[in-house]
Amino acid sequence: MGSRSSHAAKIPDVDSIRRETGFSQASLLRLYHRFRALDRTGKGYLSRLDLQQIEALAVNPLGDRIIDSFFPDGSLRLDFPGFVRVLAHFRPVDEEEDGNRDPKEPEPLNSRMNKLRFAFQLYDLDRDGKISRHEMLQVLRLMVGVQVTEEQLESIADRTVQEADEDGDGAVSFLEFTKSLEKMNIEQKMSIRILK
Amino acid sequence: MLRAALPLLGLPLAGAGATEKPTQEPGSPGEPPPGLALFRWQWHEVEAPYLVALWILVASLAKIVFHLSRKVTSLVPESCLLILLGLALGGIVLAVAKKAEYQLEPGTFFLFLLPPIVLDSGYFMPSRLFFDNLGAILTYAVVGTLWNAFTTGAALWGLQQAGLVAPRVQAGLLDFLLFGSLISAVDPVAVLAVFEEVHVNETLFIIVFGESLLNDAVTVVLYKVCNSFVEMGSANVRATDYLKGVASLFVVSLGGAAVGLVFAFLLALTTRFTKRVRIIEPLLVFLLAYAAYLTAEMASLSAILAVTMCGLGCKKYVEANISHKSRTAVKYTMKTLASCAETVIFMLLGISAVDSSKWAWDSGLVLGTLFFILFFRALGVVLQTWVLNQFRLVPLDKIDQVVMSYGGLRGAVAFALVILLDRTKVPAKDYFVATTIVVVFFTVIVQGLTIKPLVKWLKVKRSEHHKPTLNQELHEHTFDHILAAVEDVVGHHGYHYWRDRWEQFDKKYLSQLLMRRSAYRIRDQIWDVYYRLNIRDAISFVDQGGHVLSSTGLTLPSMPSRNSMAETSVTNLLRESGSGACLDLQVIDTVRSGRDREDAAMHHLLCGGLYKPRRRKDGVANTEATNGKPPRDLGFHDTAAVILTVESEEEEDSDSSETEKEDDEGIIFVARATSEVLQEGKASGSLEVCPSPRIIPPSPTCAEKELPWKSGQGDLAVYVSSETTKIVPVDMQTGWNQSISSLESLASPPCTQAPTMTRLPPRPRAPEEPQVPLKLPLSSDPHSCFAFPPSLAKAGRSRSESSADIPQQQELQPLMGHKDHTHLSPGTANSHWCIHFNKGGRL
Repeated sequence: MGSRSSHAAKIPDVDSIRRETGFSQASLLRLYHRFRALDRTGKGYLSRLDLQQIEALAVNPLGDRIIDSFFPDGSLRLDFPGFVRVLAHFRPVDEEEDGNRDPKEPEPLNSRMNKLRFAFQLYDLDRDGKISRHEMLQVLRLMVGVQVTEEQLESIADRTVQEADEDGDGAVSFLEFTKSLEKMNIEQKMSIRILK
Repeated sequence: MLRAALPLLGLPLAGAGATEKPTQEPGSPGEPPPGLALFRWQWHEVEAPYLVALWILVASLAKIVFHLSRKVTSLVPESCLLILLGLALGGIVLAVAKKAEYQLEPGTFFLFLLPPIVLDSGYFMPSRLFFDNLGAILTYAVVGTLWNAFTTGAALWGLQQAGLVAPRVQAGLLDFLLFGSLISAVDPVAVLAVFEEVHVNETLFIIVFGESLLNDAVTVVLYKVCNSFVEMGSANVRATDYLKGVASLFVVSLGGAAVGLVFAFLLALTTRFTKRVRIIEPLLVFLLAYAAYLTAEMASLSAILAVTMCGLGCKKYVEANISHKSRTAVKYTMKTLASCAETVIFMLLGISAVDSSKWAWDSGLVLGTLFFILFFRALGVVLQTWVLNQFRLVPLDKIDQVVMSYGGLRGAVAFALVILLDRTKVPAKDYFVATTIVVVFFTVIVQGLTIKPLVKWLKVKRSEHHKPTLNQELHEHTFDHILAAVEDVVGHHGYHYWRDRWEQFDKKYLSQLLMRRSAYRIRDQIWDVYYRLNIRDAISFVDQGGHVLSSTGLTLPSMPSRNSMAETSVTNLLRESGSGACLDLQVIDTVRSGRDREDAAMHHLLCGGLYKPRRRKDGVANTEATNGKPPRDLGFHDTAAVILTVESEEEEDSDSSETEKEDDEGIIFVARATSEVLQEGKASGSLEVCPSPRIIPPSPTCAEKELPWKSGQGDLAVYVSSETTKIVPVDMQTGWNQSISSLESLASPPCTQAPTMTRLPPRPRAPEEPQVPLKLPLSSDPHSCFAFPPSLAKAGRSRSESSADIPQQQELQPLMGHKDHTHLSPGTANSHWCIHFNKGGRL
């Protein structure tokens, strides 16, 4: 599959992708190679199966959900722009770039809000914009080891939801979600250095 | 302030002078024995330990005196004050004894004073932060120290060649390199002493402090290599020796770390089996860590590195294995020892500086050294940071670099090393000693004094301390998993990938091996946070108890008729009807153990007051009502009880079998529906707002069969008698405190009956029924839990008074027993507690 040329011109739509994601030429190229490597059969897109084949991802408790977030709206194919768009959430925030940004433009994918939104939608399975107690419980069940009983999980879930729930609707909205993480340096926590 | 400590100094000296004569007299052979002496001085037999104790006492008292004035300690770091005190004391010693005594001996320093400080810092090192910044720390520690040593040494040599150092300083390039190597290392003790008071942000702190710990290996190697080169004479040094020097860097550092890890492993493994001998747990921690230090020292490896790694490596497992009390003991002993050692070090540093016989002053050398160490430190930091920032996600900005350069304090390690030099081999030793003293004093006093204003002026990001909320903890885990997953997708095996790997390895093998089964099960961070929050709530409730009680005008919309209800509740009746002590002495025989009783009480407390989150709105309303006290934590106060699984750690010690079953034994406390009496007095209004308790029927555990308050079907007679064993409440206040501490000490592992429990519906209201009737046929109403406790409603009651109610209730039960057994069932006792703490949750 594809030559290992160091030229980014091979990537289709490279310019628009760069504009959208803010990735550097080199990063895009590296991601493109990775994309091609993941696409074992050379079909030009990735399927769920391709991602599920990644060994370490299989043992990640949130692995399935993260794979799901690569396939929005139930699509079955992940093309390169889509692939990069998801990964762009984890590009480190560049302060200079942030300062020069045209306020009219939409927020870059790696903004704090978008990073948080990515995490939020991992919880919010039914996409109703709220993390219900049930959804919280499901995540907890994945994250907390089997050694904690269901009842204890439930009380943790209850407490977690109540802690963040400000309007008293028994669920965590995105706004409440961001508020509960106010003190955390999301820009730093949700970034991967090599994704410049 | 100094004056206060001065008379103390006179004591040992005067004592020494006065006591020498009498002790010598009986020793003279010619005279007949003077008969039985009524009074005999034996100063010499106790002299050494006595002096040590006195010096520590002096240092501690000085510390107390310093802290009498908050203004002084907020401006001047303690280390400065101690050094100055040491100077003054040294001056007095010199004046009185005509010779300098009580100096900082390198042997004492390295064998006794340094290890506790390093162990303390290694053990309490925030490991996550440390490993997050490991790259930077290692760079500064290794490259930075090498750079500082060589540049400083070479520059001083250049200074000498340029004729700026007096010719009487007889030193060649190697001597200067040796001096450079000992003067270049940032000192952990000094850094810790100053930075702990400055409160810069954690990243900055961990980088400077981590560097000061890890550079020990480099310092040791450089010092030893240079020292042996100097002793061999530069002519005899061959190329292979240089190679050996480089190789020894790896041997010393990796060897030291390996020794530390081996001992950490042993320590963790040992504490796994201390179940029956809890009392030696703290001792084990100290012994094995000290053994690690000595072993490394013996093999001339980096002892500091060994003890740091030992502390860092064992903490997770040791903390999980040892009991809560041991944990507290370890913590306090470690902090005490470290603080004590630190105090003594600084004071002795001051005293040692007075000894002019060691000094030889050369202005050129002193000023040159001062300038070079500052200059090369700054230059080195800037260069290294520039390189590091290419790889760092969060670059270190200029302000960070200034603080890092300026925070490079030198301390007692340098001083001890310079004292260790051999004067015959290093003719310029006296000059080096003087210079080192000046450098140490300059960095600790001048830089220590100015770094706080500097940090303020530069607006360095300060550290923020906030306890993690459940949300933060949970989401942080999510983020970790997300990042690890994204790294997998990108195909880059970066930091997150390796941490993920490590955690899996740890979970699969290490933790299984090094933790007790019972402890292993509860090692889940989310659960930990949850548990800690609950404990905190409970403690905060108890803390606020007194205030709450005294506030009669509580406005709780949800509980309109609380006062009236309280008056009529059964506890009050009980208390008033039987005010005497229990006269049935036979119940004493059935005493199981004091702990059981207290724990039981606390379990009910917890079960009643915690765990079920309450609506935030209620929280706001209630916290406003607490006597104008600022709300501790909005929204965290819980109302209804759900379940509390408690591993009765200590009380299990009497168990004989070591089976898994025993390990798993837990006590499950359930918020039970309670007695009819309470139900009657209860206001109906409270029902709508308060969520009803969720009741989970526990599957019977060992404890349930064993423990009286669990005996669902057990005959009431037995129950009552055992429940009422606490006849004489000795001292209520201490009892209460003990209860609190036992509350803290309850590790609460997930209950082992998971499979059976998970099959139940999430909110099993119904299953509660079969449970309750066993004891209380009448108490099927679960809401009765929310009745009001009379003890709490009593206006103006103090906390200790209210706590006195508890045993009274218990003690009165036998008196009531003959009247009506149903009311004395465990449910009743439980209900009091439930109420007690339900209210607590609300306040």
